[in-house]
Amino acid sequence: MITPSIALEILVTVFALVVAPLAGGLLFGIDRKLTARLQNRIGPPIVQPFYDFIKLWNKDQIFANRSQLIYVYVHLGAAMASLVLLVWQQDMLVILFTLALGGISLVLGGFSVRSPYSQIGSQRELLQMLAYEPMLVLAAVGFYLVTGSFLVAAVFARGTPLLFELPVIALSFVLVLGIKLRKSPFDIAAAGHAHQELVRGLLTEYSGRYLALIEMAHWYELLLVLGIISLFWANPLVVGFGLSLLLYFLVILIDNAVARLTWTSMLKITWSWGAGLSVLNLAAIYVLSYLGWIGG
Amino acid sequence: MNIITTARVKSPWILHFDTGSCNGCDIEILACLTPLYDVERFGMINVGNPKHADVLLVTGPANRRNARVLRNLYEQMPAPKVVIVIGTCGCSGGVFHNCYNMLGGIDKVIPVDVYVPGCAAKPEAIIDGVVLALQRLAERSESKPALAEALA
Ligand code: SF4
Repeated sequence: MITPSIALEILVTVFALVVAPLAGGLLFGIDRKLTARLQNRIGPPIVQPFYDFIKLWNKDQIFANRSQLIYVYVHLGAAMASLVLLVWQQDMLVILFTLALGGISLVLGGFSVRSPYSQIGSQRELLQMLAYEPMLVLAAVGFYLVTGSFLVAAVFARGTPLLFELPVIALSFVLVLGIKLRKSPFDIAAAGHAHQELVRGLLTEYSGRYLALIEMAHWYELLLVLGIISLFWANPLVVGFGLSLLLYFLVILIDNAVARLTWTSMLKITWSWGAGLSVLNLAAIYVLSYLGWIGG
Repeated sequence: MNIITTARVKSPWILHFDTGSCNGCDIEILACLTPLYDVERFGMINVGNPKHADVLLVTGPANRRNARVLRNLYEQMPAPKVVIVIGTCGCSGGVFHNCYNMLGGIDKVIPVDVYVPGCAAKPEAIIDGVVLALQRLAERSESKPALAEALA
């Protein structure tokens, strides 16, 4: 029995699944244009990611083994699922774990081939996950402390923006976004365009259609992380989107201003400045609410 | 042009291989990536991995040492693909002509689509060569039998 509310739910889901990759692709195109302008170049048109996608999709299909392909589909599926869960305003932790499943799947795909580049790239991808996962989980904990629930719906139900209580955690998403987007200084597993770290690390053995699918998963992931950032100012959501785009721009600026770090420095920075300060943020909330200065 | 051909022409990812040139032409290729020429505005990206590449740029002559590597790289690139030779020594052997270890031009080892002569070839000439190669790619992409042949 399809009631109007279920129909609406389905409509929103389809909308998210169709619009998200388009928006994500465009954002990556804008990223490449901005990067080029920052380097005093003209840069490709902003629809360039779609050209790349269509080209890759229609290339000859070469793969090392079949299990490699399953991991790509799981990677894409998990990225899509976590975005849908976010749109449905589900449990924050489930969203994060689904996202992590997708990440792990890509790593397994990298490990499933014999190429040393792919192997090292996968090791480093694991380190990257080790770097950003604590920050994501701490963000979820922060949501819980302030709203009393892990549900995304609870964030929307709340009148005042979360940003006031969780400013440091919101800022830590600069690091998360930088790592997720494979931007300098954290592009150690598989660098973005025109960088060639490890001959593109864990993507080395993927080509053609499968590389295109990974690219598409990346678009979903971008929108997912931007969506999570938007939650810091959920009412009205437009301000949240503005906030997330601001952080995105900041990440692009940092990408162009700095060189690549080693993985040890990455862990040090993300665990101290990222996770460490996030914990302080959480502690501050405890103390302030104990003193009765903020509700929660 | 249909959408697939357009996408192929607008997104040529380039693999650069040096079979033992004097490095003169390599520097000129890298110059194409600098803000002065900025080939990324045509969607060109310099990738380090044959499995991601569409265009193979070769500098230097074919010699006994590198022929196997060259053929290997060419075979690892998924079709459709084009090969461009940059510099006189890759076209015919050039200044290395008749050396004891030489096979001659690159076309002695793999099929070549575009030859860019010059010692060293200017960045403008290299960009011209890539544009010509993209026309070849478009023609090949439009005519189905030729594509099927290229994919075979
Ligand atoms: S063509 Fe001339 S400049 Fe270019 S690599 Fe050969 S020898 Fe060097």
